Amino acid sequence: MFLYRISLFLVTFIIFSPAIDGSQPHFTKDIEVIDFDTFAPRLNKDDGTVYVVNFWATWCAPCVREIPAFEKLYATYKDQNVHVLLVSLDFPNHLESRVIPFVESHNVQSEVLLLDEPNANRWIPLVSDEWTGAIPATVIYNSEFRQFYQREFTFEELEEIILPLL
Amino acid sequence: MKKLFTIALMGMFSAGLFAQGYQIGDVATDFRLLNVDGNYLSMSDYEDINGVILIFSCNHCPFVVAYEDRMIDLHNEFAPKGFPVLAINPNDTIVEPRDSFTKMIERAQEKNFPFDYVIDANQEIFPQYGATHTPHVFLLEKVGDEFIVAYIGAIDDNARDASAVQVRYLANAINALIAGERPDPAVTRAIGCTIKVRQN
Repeated sequence: MFLYRISLFLVTFIIFSPAIDGSQPHFTKDIEVIDFDTFAPRLNKDDGTVYVVNFWATWCAPCVREIPAFEKLYATYKDQNVHVLLVSLDFPNHLESRVIPFVESHNVQSEVLLLDEPNANRWIPLVSDEWTGAIPATVIYNSEFRQFYQREFTFEELEEIILPLL
Repeated sequence: MKKLFTIALMGMFSAGLFAQGYQIGDVATDFRLLNVDGNYLSMSDYEDINGVILIFSCNHCPFVVAYEDRMIDLHNEFAPKGFPVLAINPNDTIVEPRDSFTKMIERAQEKNFPFDYVIDANQEIFPQYGATHTPHVFLLEKVGDEFIVAYIGAIDDNARDASAVQVRYLANAINALIAGERPDPAVTRAIGCTIKVRQN
């Protein structure tokens, strides 16, 4: 039992220790759980970056299907001031059981956060007046451009939108 | 300036988007769709009703599952007052096999649905309504032989926790109609699963 505890401690230490070698740890992911008012400024940054904000959930099949497109977008353009933010609408009590395992098993590199805000009728129109509530849904914006999309994307379609913004 | 123009353009675009599907006050189409009891059902088959709580629904969506018990309660509360729940599955069953007609029957039996549950097998009805996700409510008031759209949107303000609901948007809307008033708000929004459209 003692040995088990020690090994558990070691494993925990190894997994959660912040990158001893200085590189980003790949196998853990901090997922911030925030309410809408805390999240809202993330939809209105004016700092020269192109923000791609995707609303998704682990239970949403078309959302899961398009995650690789967003990941590829991030991998390809992160050095050119493109930030991809994946906003999970999973229920907060599924953070440990579904969201974190999904993010880890898919090795998601884009920023992920979980929006903990039950009254969708209040905040959906604040994201976009066009949004009826179906997901996937995506906002792409920078200082000069803002567009809302209630649809599924391929990498090429996303690229076509962001290229003129770079 | 450019920003202003973009915002103006977005405004026009969104107005265009919202023009698709029904607005409050529009006459809603009736239909003849296969029900889980094996018979075809039209809204006009209901006798002595004041309206229909039409809910675009399905089997697989976690937001629907979270609301199933509340849909049953709504039917039990409002069918005696002339507003039965009618669930309609708009999903393509090849894209989403968990929403097949057989599975609809199974789910209706498991949950002992007191309401009818029909399938929009040709996907011809949901686009006319402008339904985009499940669950998506269209409260229809019966005026003469017509069904008039009185309320569109959410069931209440908390999908994940029925005990934490503060505003029962749909129930309030029905009670408004019963009282001879207009629902306010008449349109609300909720997160739901995208309707699965047939791939060609």
